[in-house]
Amino acid sequence: MKQFVTRRLGYSLLSLLVLSLTIFFFVRVTGDPAALLVEPGASEDDIAAIHHKFGLDKPLWAQYGLFMMSLLRGDFGQSFYYQTPVLDLYFDRLPNSLLLALVAMAFSLAVGIPTGILAAVRVGRFWDSAGKLFALLGLSLPSFFVGLVLILLFSVYLGWLPSSGSGGVLHILMPAFALGWYFAAAHMRLTRSSMLEVLGSEYVKLARLKGLPQSWVIGKHAFKNALIPVVTLAGINLVLMINVAVVVETVFAWPGVGRLLYEGISFRDFPVVQGIVIMGGTMIVVVNLLVDVVYAVIDPRIRLEK
Amino acid sequence: MSMSSETIVLPPSVSTRSAASRLGDLPMIPIIILAVIAFMAIFADVLAPHNPEVGALTARFKPPFWQTGGTMDHILGTDQLGRDVLSRLIFGARVSMVVGFTAVIFAGVVGTVLGILAGYLGGWADQVIMRITDAWLALPALTFAIFLAAIVGPSMWNIVIILGLVYWTRYARVVRGEVLSLKEREFVRLAIVAGCSKATIMRRHILPNVVNSAIVLATLMLGVVIVTEASLSFLGVGVPPPKPAWGLMLSDGKQGLMVGYWWLTVLPGCCIMLMVLSANLLGDWLRVKLDPQLRQL
Repeated sequence: MKQFVTRRLGYSLLSLLVLSLTIFFFVRVTGDPAALLVEPGASEDDIAAIHHKFGLDKPLWAQYGLFMMSLLRGDFGQSFYYQTPVLDLYFDRLPNSLLLALVAMAFSLAVGIPTGILAAVRVGRFWDSAGKLFALLGLSLPSFFVGLVLILLFSVYLGWLPSSGSGGVLHILMPAFALGWYFAAAHMRLTRSSMLEVLGSEYVKLARLKGLPQSWVIGKHAFKNALIPVVTLAGINLVLMINVAVVVETVFAWPGVGRLLYEGISFRDFPVVQGIVIMGGTMIVVVNLLVDVVYAVIDPRIRLEK
Repeated sequence: MSMSSETIVLPPSVSTRSAASRLGDLPMIPIIILAVIAFMAIFADVLAPHNPEVGALTARFKPPFWQTGGTMDHILGTDQLGRDVLSRLIFGARVSMVVGFTAVIFAGVVGTVLGILAGYLGGWADQVIMRITDAWLALPALTFAIFLAAIVGPSMWNIVIILGLVYWTRYARVVRGEVLSLKEREFVRLAIVAGCSKATIMRRHILPNVVNSAIVLATLMLGVVIVTEASLSFLGVGVPPPKPAWGLMLSDGKQGLMVGYWWLTVLPGCCIMLMVLSANLLGDWLRVKLDPQLRQL
């Protein structure tokens, strides 16, 4: 167990190292990074100051060392637009993103799990086909299009919901729907295949042989086991939602991390963009590590594997 | 008697059924939709009734012809600069097609080559390539693409390169997995015994066996790539204006949304949706046809 965790931790650290190298490389490879790190229209002195601050006159490996040192100290640079540290801005916005992600997740599970079970129980019949169609639409409709159509319907024509901003319960409904839509389809697909697998297992057959009613077999015996992979995926997806909400948050002017990223692009605020990419990658590496470790704790087969 | 009539009828009925089912098996709807979009993309110059990048400010926000105020001159209305929406949609098909296909092919070639190298050579080549793949897969694709776009600046070809850089990892992962099992197979061992060089084995014996998977993946990736391109354009770091890209049209149309100018968002959105839906349907079909291994996923 200890060996497994150590090895897995090593891989994660390696991934983070490669990520930081990637970001460092791409920023440096396109020419003078000072051009990205100073505000447009900065004077020669400012550029020279940036060169000095980031040690851009030093050899590359030394530059990378400085870059990593500041990252490890939590210094992600200063936002040009807000004139505050990037990390402060990020953690200001994170609760909003988390709230949106949680509501979207609740919605996607509330839709995805029941439809997935229905499709698995009625495999090959009407509800299965309907579920397939739903999954296909979920994976094919871009979230910004869903968002704009929702605004058109519920804000412009019906006038029921506010089109943008945050504050009330009503504000979160449309962005959560637009964000959760894609994930609902993904959760439905996984619930269906996981349920099918469980329904074919020996103990479900035994439960059936015992003469238990169908609803009991599905609800009591199959459901719980079929849910394990879905819950795992939901955990990973929650982190993913925080990091892919940029389009939805832009459409609905929801003040989360994604919106911050959009502001970073529009104001040419490069430190903000870079900081969000680093945070996003780190978060996902950490979550993957956690999932693997938890799985190894639960299931000995995984940790005993080479 | 009934038996004899059956035996006479059976052979032709079998052959017609199989021919019909083979044809009916083709996913006609997505193929037709993609063909129409490809047709629009190729013959945009002939088909478009107006110049997509020039409008008349006197004719702004004209609705489609069936609504009051709409004219047959602008069948699908005009946008905030008075540009013809239909013409922009037609030229937008060209942007989506060119960006989508070149990015998918670029990512596919890079990912397949690196996947084969990693899988067949093993050792440090495998370690280096797969560590990069794993790390890059951890970055949310859209965020990574935005980051790259913020560095290199927006242009159509930059977007192709960015999408290629973001998505090659998907191919590398799948292809490497296949190569690992392929290289244990008899025909590869015999090729080694016969004295083939590593390069020859990879090119002549491994590559043809992973091409199917790569093609299936490419079709499925087409939808993802088009949505990403549209998202980038929507956020203002994709195809730069005034070039007509569907994502950009949606972004522009946002301004008119609250006053009810629905055609500026719904029409380009439907185009994106139809194209992505078709690519996904075709990809699913190909997956079942070409790759029994991927089917289980």
